[in-house]
Amino acid sequence: MSDTAASSQLRPAAARGAPFGDRLFSGLALGAGVFVLVLLGAIIVSLFIDGLPAFRAFGPHFLVETDWDPVQNVFGAGVPVFGTLVTSVLALLVAVPLAFGIAFYLTEIAPVWFRGPVGTAVELLAGVPSIIYGMWGFFVIVPVMGDYVQPFLTDSLGDVPVIGTLFQGAPFGTGILTAALVLAVMIIPFIAATMRDVFNTVPPVFKESAYGVGCTTWEVMSNIVIPYTRTSVMGGIMLGLGRALGETMAVTFVIGNTNRITTSLFGPGNTIASIIALEFPESQAGSLKLSSLLALGFILFVISFIVLAISRLLLRPRSA
Amino acid sequence: MSATNAGIHASGPARDGAVAGSMSRRRKRLDRLVTALCVAATVLGLALLASILFTLIWRGVGGLNLNVFTSVTLPPGSNGGLLNAIVGSLVQTLVGTLIGTPIGLMVGTYLAEYARNSALGNAVRFVSDVLLSAPSILVGLFVYTILVDPFGGFSGIAGCVALAVIVVPIVVRTTEDMLQLIPIELREAAVALGAPKWRVIVLICYRAALFGIATGVLLAVARVAGETAPLLFTSLGNLNWSLSLTQPMASLPVTIYQYAGSAYDDWVDLAWAGALLITFGVLTLNIVARVVLRPRR
Repeated sequence: MSDTAASSQLRPAAARGAPFGDRLFSGLALGAGVFVLVLLGAIIVSLFIDGLPAFRAFGPHFLVETDWDPVQNVFGAGVPVFGTLVTSVLALLVAVPLAFGIAFYLTEIAPVWFRGPVGTAVELLAGVPSIIYGMWGFFVIVPVMGDYVQPFLTDSLGDVPVIGTLFQGAPFGTGILTAALVLAVMIIPFIAATMRDVFNTVPPVFKESAYGVGCTTWEVMSNIVIPYTRTSVMGGIMLGLGRALGETMAVTFVIGNTNRITTSLFGPGNTIASIIALEFPESQAGSLKLSSLLALGFILFVISFIVLAISRLLLRPRSA
Repeated sequence: MSATNAGIHASGPARDGAVAGSMSRRRKRLDRLVTALCVAATVLGLALLASILFTLIWRGVGGLNLNVFTSVTLPPGSNGGLLNAIVGSLVQTLVGTLIGTPIGLMVGTYLAEYARNSALGNAVRFVSDVLLSAPSILVGLFVYTILVDPFGGFSGIAGCVALAVIVVPIVVRTTEDMLQLIPIELREAAVALGAPKWRVIVLICYRAALFGIATGVLLAVARVAGETAPLLFTSLGNLNWSLSLTQPMASLPVTIYQYAGSAYDDWVDLAWAGALLITFGVLTLNIVARVVLRPRR
């Protein structure tokens, strides 16, 4: 420490210039970091404040109210929240096994030279804009669902007790199930890419040991890779769930956009994001309807934040 | 899983050759079954990508002609194009990226160079990661409440800001990851020559991480170029030619959204042509970003 003075005499320019430049630069960096925190806070606070009139008018009942009636000025979050949760969970049920299969294929089964191209293709699937999924869903998936899948499911499962009602109803092609399937296609690449990266963190010596005692590929997967990566795999799944919850454009095209809770998977519905996208342009500034939409946005943000926070905590050692 | 566990434990001590053989066959059969299912899942994934691309080409190429690039959006039946939407998208993506990139770069620098293990740094990293996956429609609502509602109207700049909010966390993530990869010896060598820390970062670390950072920016551009939801309530869309950032501004995704749901065949064709343009633009950016990144790994 005592020779700091001496060295600064030897390099006066550096000694004088450095502290200011360093202070400025580290100040900018710190400011940018704090800005990100402020940004998140501002998003939450602004949605909450602008949603406040709706929360005041309807109270906690807003969450379960299933009416959305601009004429009577009664608005409730019940149907969109229900639709958001149901479509997202259904999408996960479809996407997780497929994403797992792709990740397993890409890490253990595929020939090494083939992994790069297939992995890139899967990542490209993640890069396709969501509105394209919406159009593709509307023009390709909806007719297939309406002409083949829904009539087939009604014929085969519609009369089964208990679950039968899920598969009854007019085969319009749109509806909760179609939205869930399009969502599933959208989140498969996210979950698959995360799982692949996570599977690749397993030290090769563990897997080699298992192969060495005669395990098959699947036994290595189920006894070594999955136990080793269980937490992070859950994190990847939650990440996919977070994506599905807030997806807007793709869902808006195919869900049917009706504010009603149906017992059938073929029935129309809506989600928080889709009702915001559709109703917002028809709302007047300062109206209770607009405030209700912003309150819905606040609810969606809270749900997504919780899911994404859990996902991050599970995926924590990401740099390792 | 319990079945395979039993299989492993039992296969060792099985002395009876027939029993051991049948167990071994069962294990191999299960392995083949799972392998087949995984191959099927991958084929399905690739088929979905192929189906999307094929649909786009099949329906998009028909509507694609010179008029799309030279004429602005017009009422149905008057042979309109997408010029204002294309230019609007370029402007908003460019300005949004220009706003978001410096902020993201500084946040990434803060996380990698100044706050590797600090509590504040961990909080910033966490929040940035959450923002990375936050629903983009909420970003649109947020910008509506701070820029559109108080200032009395939809505007191109509000759209740019909404896109910038989405750019920031993407750039943060890649910048931080890339700076973390730079060997400490490189920094030590520069510090030993008497360079102050900010110069080490700007002249040594940024330069070494340039490809990685550029990749992050390209991926961010690819992401926001296709975003629709954040623009619905900010730049709104504009059927007329306008380059003013204080007026509502057209964009390709919003125009596609309006046209695809319309009842006019020529608008739907234009929507498909626009969808083809934007998807191939975005996917090309993705591929370029990956090719740029590759030499660094």
